[in-house]
Amino acid sequence: MSFAWARQYEPKNGFTKWVDEKLPLPRLVYNAVGAGYPVPRNLNYMWNFGVLAGFALLLQIVTGVILAMHYAANAEVAFASTEHIMRDVNWGWLMRYAHANGASFFFVVIYLHIFRGLFYSSYKAPREMIWLLGVVIFLLVMATAFMGYVLPWGQMSFWGAKVITGLFGAIPLVGESIQVWLLGGFAPDNAALNRFFSLHFLLPFVTAGVVILHIWALHIPGSSNPTGVEVKSESDTVPFHPYYTAKDGFGLGIFLLAYFAMVFFLPNFLGHADNYIEANPLATPANIVPEWYFWPFYAILRAFTFDFILPAKLWGVLAMFASILLWFFLPWLDKSPVRSGHYRPLFRKFFWFGLIPCILVLGYCGGAHLSPITIALSQIATAYYFLHFLVILPIISSVEKPEPLPYSITDAVLGSDKKPVLGENTTPAV
Amino acid sequence: MAELRTEPTVGTTQETDAKDGVRRRDFIDIAALSAGGVGALAVLYPLISQMAPSEDVLAESTTDVDVSAIEPGQAIKDVFRKQPLFIRRLTDAEIAEANSTPIGALRDPETLDDRTLEGHRDLLVTMGVCTHLGCVPLGVAEGENRGDYNGYFCPCHGSHYDVAGRIRKGPAPTNLLVPEYNFTSDTVIRVG
Repeated sequence: MSFAWARQYEPKNGFTKWVDEKLPLPRLVYNAVGAGYPVPRNLNYMWNFGVLAGFALLLQIVTGVILAMHYAANAEVAFASTEHIMRDVNWGWLMRYAHANGASFFFVVIYLHIFRGLFYSSYKAPREMIWLLGVVIFLLVMATAFMGYVLPWGQMSFWGAKVITGLFGAIPLVGESIQVWLLGGFAPDNAALNRFFSLHFLLPFVTAGVVILHIWALHIPGSSNPTGVEVKSESDTVPFHPYYTAKDGFGLGIFLLAYFAMVFFLPNFLGHADNYIEANPLATPANIVPEWYFWPFYAILRAFTFDFILPAKLWGVLAMFASILLWFFLPWLDKSPVRSGHYRPLFRKFFWFGLIPCILVLGYCGGAHLSPITIALSQIATAYYFLHFLVILPIISSVEKPEPLPYSITDAVLGSDKKPVLGENTTPAV
Repeated sequence: MAELRTEPTVGTTQETDAKDGVRRRDFIDIAALSAGGVGALAVLYPLISQMAPSEDVLAESTTDVDVSAIEPGQAIKDVFRKQPLFIRRLTDAEIAEANSTPIGALRDPETLDDRTLEGHRDLLVTMGVCTHLGCVPLGVAEGENRGDYNGYFCPCHGSHYDVAGRIRKGPAPTNLLVPEYNFTSDTVIRVG
């Protein structure tokens, strides 16, 4: 896609002309992320997280391939080989901490990216496909992170593998066969560790493939923006390069500062100490919890403690998967023609005082010790979570009276379309 | 053309077939696609089946345990098919407690007699695998949390089992599984 005023790629010298005739790859890049891609001029810092997520994926692939050169996927030696990486391999400690904290930072930026989309309704027409592919990416990244966490074969690795594959065991009739098939045995063992290694290596490349589709789908309608008003004229946009390459570069700098502060000074802060204990199939740690980025979903799983038509175990599993799968229907649940939350007073209230506290409570309960209070809190929050998407959002999208929208992106930025800085109406600077 | 018309049977068949939208040649398409589909499934099956338990995993069969050293009130942990096995010698008070529980109050109704062998009512042999998502419940070792019903407590999602290993509270759907076992001598059981 491109707007009519997008700059065209012009090969400058003999070599680039020769390449352009044979394989116009530089042209493709120029039109995708170069000066040939016009982007709304009013994007705020919440629009940095797509690039950061892409960077985090790259970081994980590079450090991951390096770690796989030294790691041995065998239950006898997996834990020892991880310690070997920490102690003996040149810069091994850095690679391992970079990969482990890289996963956390991947989820930080992905969550901010998702909630950007939720607030500005980036999932609405014509951007449904971008959103759907994004949910696929999220599921892939969660599966990858889970299998990666199993590899060091510590206590949390082992019991995480047992519990998560146990989720499939809750499916009626075929569940136990599926669980045995996933594990290659009746409990996590060598067979499970070995295949998780293989799939943990494979899935990031599948993810990278879907990311390409995600970006491709984005480039058909072009980026959304904080007003939710579509691009009307050239003065609404600026070329991606150098304007947003520079802004994304700045965001990347901030990201790297925070990331390396964690890697160098608090490398174990986000991890669980029990994963420094080798896997023991005969003893479950007293405080077993998943990694922080799974806490909200774990809280939903644990919220179901009573049988109601179906067994509690199956309810928990269904609710946990449904909490993400319902995102696939989000573009059709929110029917309001107004995209941006900025102009939706009722939506805004339920977003900031409903959904966000709900997710924070779920996150807290998922990581906290089970007690009657945390169970009750996670039950309330789980109920609200589903109510928000399935009931509240469809209702407010039909009863809400939106605030007046700006005429255009330029109007929102400058107060008038008579003062464009680019395009045909531009008056030369005196 | 005239020659063709002299063969009315062929002409008629083709005309009727064409009316239904199906020609005899379409059968070749259907047959070819079917053969291809069967072939694809035949390739898919080994690709999926290779992940099922291999022969060496399936070969793990039985475990023998000497239970003579377990005093009443004590429990031990062993391994059966790479999963924990709990063996508890119940005290008289615990047997009475298990027998006094009303069956109607149980999520998965079973008496202590259903869960132990004739003549060995004091020996409770169960898998140490929580029936929720498979963690090992606490309660075997001295000083571990035995839950609200004096049996086992699963730390993963808070399931409470009673003194007979029956589910009483929490998300687990069924009682701790009693594996098949029998006494091979006065003091040794064979599980599996």
